[in-house]
Amino acid sequence: MTMNWIAIGDINDIPLRGARCVRTPTGKIAVFRTAHDEVFAIEDHCPHKGGPLSQGIVHGTAVTCPLHNWVISLETGKALGADEGEVRTIPIRNDNGALFVALESLALAAAE
Amino acid sequence: MTETAREKLVIVGNGMAPGRMLEELFEKAPGRYAVTIFNAEPRVNYDRIMLSPVLSGEKEYEEIIIHGDGWYIKHGITLYKGHKIIAIDRDAKTVTSDHGVTESYDKLVIATGSVPFIIPVPGKELRGVITYRDLDDVQAMLLAAQSREKAVVIGGGLLGLEAAAGLQARGMDVTVLHVMPTLMERQLDPAAGYLLQKTVEERGIKVVTKANTKRILGEEKVEGIELDDGRIIPATLVVMAVGIRPNAGLAKEAGLAVNRGIVVDAGMQTSDGDIMALGECAEVGGMVYGLVAPLYEMARVAASHLAGDRRAAFAHSDTPTKLKVTGINLYSVGDFADADGREEIVLRDATAGIYKRLVLKDNRIIGTVLYGDTADGAWFNDLLKRGRDISEMRDTLIFGQAYQGGSPLDPTAAVAALPDDAEICGCNGVCKGKIVGAITSKGLTSLDDVRAHTKASASCGSCTGLVEQIMSLTLGDTYNPAAVQPMCNCTDLGHDDVRRLIKAKKLKSIPAVMQELEWKTSCGCAKCRPALNYYLVCDWPDEYADDYQSRFINERVHANIQKDGTYSVVPRMWGGVTNSKELRAIADVVDKFNVPLVKVTGGQRIDLLGIEKEDLPAVWADLGQAGFVSGQAYAKGLRTVKTCVGSDWCRFGTQDSTGLGIRIEKFMWGSWTPAKLKMAVSGCPRNCAEATCKDVGVICVDSGFEIHFAGAAGLDIKGTEVLGLVRTEDEALEHIVALTQMYREQARYLERIYKWAKRVGLDEIRRQIMDDVEKRKAYFDRFVFSQKFAQVDPWSERVSGKDKHEFRPMATVGFNQAAE
Repeated sequence: MTMNWIAIGDINDIPLRGARCVRTPTGKIAVFRTAHDEVFAIEDHCPHKGGPLSQGIVHGTAVTCPLHNWVISLETGKALGADEGEVRTIPIRNDNGALFVALESLALAAAE
Repeated sequence: MTETAREKLVIVGNGMAPGRMLEELFEKAPGRYAVTIFNAEPRVNYDRIMLSPVLSGEKEYEEIIIHGDGWYIKHGITLYKGHKIIAIDRDAKTVTSDHGVTESYDKLVIATGSVPFIIPVPGKELRGVITYRDLDDVQAMLLAAQSREKAVVIGGGLLGLEAAAGLQARGMDVTVLHVMPTLMERQLDPAAGYLLQKTVEERGIKVVTKANTKRILGEEKVEGIELDDGRIIPATLVVMAVGIRPNAGLAKEAGLAVNRGIVVDAGMQTSDGDIMALGECAEVGGMVYGLVAPLYEMARVAASHLAGDRRAAFAHSDTPTKLKVTGINLYSVGDFADADGREEIVLRDATAGIYKRLVLKDNRIIGTVLYGDTADGAWFNDLLKRGRDISEMRDTLIFGQAYQGGSPLDPTAAVAALPDDAEICGCNGVCKGKIVGAITSKGLTSLDDVRAHTKASASCGSCTGLVEQIMSLTLGDTYNPAAVQPMCNCTDLGHDDVRRLIKAKKLKSIPAVMQELEWKTSCGCAKCRPALNYYLVCDWPDEYADDYQSRFINERVHANIQKDGTYSVVPRMWGGVTNSKELRAIADVVDKFNVPLVKVTGGQRIDLLGIEKEDLPAVWADLGQAGFVSGQAYAKGLRTVKTCVGSDWCRFGTQDSTGLGIRIEKFMWGSWTPAKLKMAVSGCPRNCAEATCKDVGVICVDSGFEIHFAGAAGLDIKGTEVLGLVRTEDEALEHIVALTQMYREQARYLERIYKWAKRVGLDEIRRQIMDDVEKRKAYFDRFVFSQKFAQVDPWSERVSGKDKHEFRPMATVGFNQAAE
């Protein structure tokens, strides 16, 4: 299983304290940009009821799900506070603003 | 008085200290001395502190001259420029210069200053290795900078950093080498040193700490520097700014007592009664000084003694340090080392680059380090100098002088300082004395009691905080105010305090609110950010730039998110009235986009459910073609005005309820409110539009329009309250608008109008809207003003391309081409 870095665009395509989606064969990925220009990628699927996390309000290194206000850590994918749950994090690379996500080649093959 | 009768004062050195001494002397004892100055530099007295701005190009040499040639002529001073004194004959009481001039003296002042320390490494004598001490050095640096090549500054202290910034401003590629782990370690603690390093590096100056210079490389001219660890840093210019030492050689040769510097007593006397010394070359009380404040103090003392006042004595005081690099603010004074019995107050704001640290001992400031915001440096230094006990202001001390006594952030002290006749409650005209009097004479102990007896804070409630503070001041510990519910975990302040402070402190952006009101998180949370965004939109409609990233998704994409991540779209149908063209357009959209569900809402609108986010702009484009604008069914704002058919059709109708509803909706659409705002207009008391459970409702009657408000038909069920009866449609509109504006300005975010009304009091709302014509008009005008910025159809904006990114995926990846 090798890492496959795939270009998804430029950091400036994402608003500060905002997110964009990337479509993949295995579902949407939410790519976040924090107030401090850190970028994170997680599955766009809240562990609670599947809400699109990319649509939530970004604060610090967390996002609040738009459906029921679960707060998910962008760093770990884990629900913060009293809630329990976890969402997959996706490796992301920032080369001077050019963003790449790593998709497992296995996942790609399975999608074919 | 003849020339021979005047005492002869000879000064060796023409720097800032003797210059200041002469100014003081000429004031205290004009004409007493015939003055002769020998200056090793070929120029007049200039402000050495301002060399850095000359280096960076922010100032010219001419601008930093303290005493021009005219000053010397005016005071009859003989100035030998470029004459270095090489010998003092204390028996003959003469000095001799390197040009062979000999002058006799009655009083001699030695002010030879200091010499830069040259680190004893191989290559220190190479061409291109210079120090940073006087104008000649600056000129040498400026010449070298023309090459725009690489420079190394050895020394990350005050002088070294100023040199580095200056050289960089002149286009050189600069590296600072510093032997200690953090910059300016003598003036800054490690935390501030780190922030400084970050700022310096952000400006493109490289910093190497713990850097020991092994040798300077090059044949004739410098080519680089080799460090102990083997690293080589290329350079065509090396500036040594590692420190200074007192220039005491001349005094030592003359047999005066010399330690590190020329030893003087507190009156600036050397071991020879006719010779004084001052400035950087002097050592007093075992200390030598390099900053201008103590040197000027020495000048004052020396002048007094020369003028015959023998009482003047130099006393040590801590001197604040400031870095003269444009855009870098740092300030430090006193002792800030960690030690037993010391406490500290620290404020950090990494985002804003602010660090403040006060070191306290026995409730007194003994040290201060400020970085980023140094405005209060002088005030802290004043407290330090006076040794003032700060226990009373300890809670707010770190925020500075502005927060002592007069600021809402230190409310108790502020209220305590108010006179008895200060008005506390503007609504009811209650002054402080009346509240205090009522509390003591009637034995009041609760806020409700105080409200009942004095009416203070019984109206709009915005002075509740002040009234509570008066209660705790008057009652002491016996008063336990109900704790204010903080807005969220990011702050201890409640919504009311935040709203009040946004206005009082004129805070006009979310970062400004968070900075000024000491938010505990770097960028808030999903609770406070939408609230702050609303408060700012409401309070500064023309100045505040709406922060979409602080809006809930529905308000960001102007549609309602559904459980499956699709959206619903509700076009506006004014007053619930539609026609065949609109219905056809809706039907076409339903077909074209395969809208799974079409539903009529409770607010007399048509809802299209299950639309993919990417399709929203296209749906809006088609609806827009038919004249539809956004129905704002997603907004904390005006939603719908529901109507019945009224006097045009209904046999019971008393007024044109449909027309009034449409008029209200067209007037008020687009406005943001604390929570959703739903209205209705019924044409008669049969109330088919169900106006008596709305946020605002109108019941038309023969004699006019009965305005209702504060109903609820959701989580709570509650009939409306009557605001009052007005005669005309115009009046109805004005009253409804004014009421809405009052609610907009006072309610807490997400607080529906019925909850706000309960908190504020129905009578007060009636008084302000029905009875107080001026207040009503003012509310109305403010609403109209804010509408200028609010009535823009968000759908057509987005059809035209605004926020395109919101509706498209950033990328589509991983779908293998073979699969196509």
